[in-house]
Amino acid sequence: MDFSLSSEQKEYQELALKFAKNEMIPNAAKFDESGEFPKEIFEKAWQAGLLNTCVPVEYGGAGFSNLDAVLIGECLAYGCMGMNSSMMANDLALLPIVIAGTAEQKKKFLTPFTEKFLLASFCLTEPENGSDAAGIKTSIVDKGDHYEVNGNKMWITNGGYADLYVVYGTKDASLKNKGISCVVVPKGTAGIEIGKKEDKLGHRASDTRAITFNKVKVPKENLLGKEGEGWQIAMKTLDHSRPLVAASAVGGAQRAMDLAVKYALERKQFGKSISEFQAVQFMLAEMGMRTEASRMLVYQAAWMADQKIRNTKVASIAKAMASDGLMQTATDAVQIYGGYGYSKEYPIEKIFRDAKLLQIYEGTSQIQRMVIARELLRSN
Amino acid sequence: MKNIFVLVKQVPDTETKIIPKADGSYVEVTNIKWIMNPYDEFAVEQSLLIKTAFPECNVTVVRVGTVSDNECLRTAMAMGADDAILVESEGLIDSFTTAKAIKGAIEKSGRTPDLILSGKQAIDDDALQVPQLLAGLMNLPSVSVVVGFEVAGNVVKLKREVEGGSIEIYELNAPLVVACNKGLNTPRYASLPGIMKAKKKPLAQYKLSDVGVSASDTKVKYHGFQLPPEKPAGKKFDAMDDAKAGAIVKDVVGLLRNEAKVI
Ligand SMILES: Cc1cc2nc3c(=O)[nH]c(=O)nc-3n(C[C@H](O)[C@H](O)[C@H](O)COP(=O)(O)OP(=O)(O)OC[C@H]3O[C@@H](n4cnc5c(N)ncnc54)[C@H](O)[C@@H]3O)c2cc1C
Repeated sequence: MDFSLSSEQKEYQELALKFAKNEMIPNAAKFDESGEFPKEIFEKAWQAGLLNTCVPVEYGGAGFSNLDAVLIGECLAYGCMGMNSSMMANDLALLPIVIAGTAEQKKKFLTPFTEKFLLASFCLTEPENGSDAAGIKTSIVDKGDHYEVNGNKMWITNGGYADLYVVYGTKDASLKNKGISCVVVPKGTAGIEIGKKEDKLGHRASDTRAITFNKVKVPKENLLGKEGEGWQIAMKTLDHSRPLVAASAVGGAQRAMDLAVKYALERKQFGKSISEFQAVQFMLAEMGMRTEASRMLVYQAAWMADQKIRNTKVASIAKAMASDGLMQTATDAVQIYGGYGYSKEYPIEKIFRDAKLLQIYEGTSQIQRMVIARELLRSN
Repeated sequence: MKNIFVLVKQVPDTETKIIPKADGSYVEVTNIKWIMNPYDEFAVEQSLLIKTAFPECNVTVVRVGTVSDNECLRTAMAMGADDAILVESEGLIDSFTTAKAIKGAIEKSGRTPDLILSGKQAIDDDALQVPQLLAGLMNLPSVSVVVGFEVAGNVVKLKREVEGGSIEIYELNAPLVVACNKGLNTPRYASLPGIMKAKKKPLAQYKLSDVGVSASDTKVKYHGFQLPPEKPAGKKFDAMDDAKAGAIVKDVVGLLRNEAKVI
């Protein structure tokens, strides 16, 4: 057992953290308030090689391991969880291509992302199917020389800016997960209708929209894997992306904790620093316990993905622990700030709002528990 | 423009809490997070901008310091510098020794410098001496606090900030030493692919004795490091009551003259 990171990994972390501190933290409140899309910041992140870390070397990417990606993602979320949602969504959308694409598809769809700054969307969720993703109703039907996509997608991150959409649909909803296929739909294809930007509680810098596919014609060569393999592709994607989401929860928690520690040392009541009160110390100690334990789980889940060891259970444990832990840590951090924590003048208020989403997307905390329980029961 | 040398120093992160050593010989370094001196980032960036315009240019970063914390040379190479030289030294050394070591290292590289760039100062000791001393030792002209930079053939046109916000304009022939200030450019990030490439770039390592420096070069002895005394609490004067204002002004003037001795 060796817990040390390589010198390269430390350098990636350092670069990502520097980027978070210089570019993201100073701008986080502004984009949260306005809800504008911080495209310039993302473009700078792309220039520094911080985006699309999953693209293999053969296709112009850095070919980072899942562990590298979570180390970087954690630092970016430290800067702003909202911006990181958009950045992470690119990997979420490109991963199915990395996992199931042919060499030709990878060259066609992945390489452009290494040549210029582009965004992508992963389109699984629908208005009536969130947790029950296997029940999606969007249809992908064989029309002889092409596929036709029809249906509504909901909560699509980067939806208004995506250069390509990775879309899941079914040839027959009654087949449930066995009927699902996955296609790449390039931007500008006739019939893509982009909804208005959602006005959200948190992650306001990220762009989230409903996307409707109305008789969208997709070339046959844009099918990833085979017909009916979409569900497997989505599950494999989640094994890689859940550690990423969990890592962003760890980054957010680390930031909340750092802020709480700093504030506790500065604030005086009853003639002493509030950091001297045991009630405050215990809140800080528990932040440390949760954050450190979650981080280890995230590293383990990512490491397992890299070793090609089935990580479904650990990835779900990491995702649930890290995001529930983040919510508690953010709540307590606001508590330590007292009234000032409730004000937009201080950064913790936004982190508190951003934290909530981590318990919802990429499988809610309840769904993670279902996966964990299923895995536990299965092995007996 | 063929050979550019850029001087970089590793300094404590600006957020570091500095603690003097118990014996006052220096500060505690074990828990310090090191970064590239921020002014040196402008120098590295400038060298890379020049390299973009003159692709045949070779950029070498030079540092005098300990081996264990050599990240800033790696960072400079990850940003795009071609190679690096480290002159190993332990503990604190003075500006003259540093300048002499750098001169020796540049000579040892076998390349004749066309341009030597550095930050205008290092944010740890704020000595503001190395570039000028190096220029003196190498018999080159030098310009500091530079905020504008143009290269045309062998001629370098510089803008230098002087007190009061005016700008001086210099036109010199290379080779020369230029110390860069904030505002000259926006330093790029070392990209992740750059970090990977940097691993394969050459890093030459010399001892002080290899570059012609000996103990007798030391001009400054350091001792008695301590934190500045804590500021005593300020005094407040309530002059809201017009009737008392005259007396209070008199009081304040008296204190400024006799106690603070500033007027
Ligand atoms: C800001 C944002 C960005 C998003 N980005 C994307 C994206 O880019 N691409 C994409 O495809 N999706 C995206 N999503 C969708 C996200 O993954 C879903 O919102 C999530 O999976 C939950 O689905 P739902 O919202 O329909 O909730 P529901 O599934 O309706 O769940 C409602 C509640 O019921 C609980 N519940 C549901 N089923 C069960 C069960 N069987 N047992 C116990 N409890 C249950 C849930 O835990 C939850 O508490 C995003 C969502 C948001 C809010």
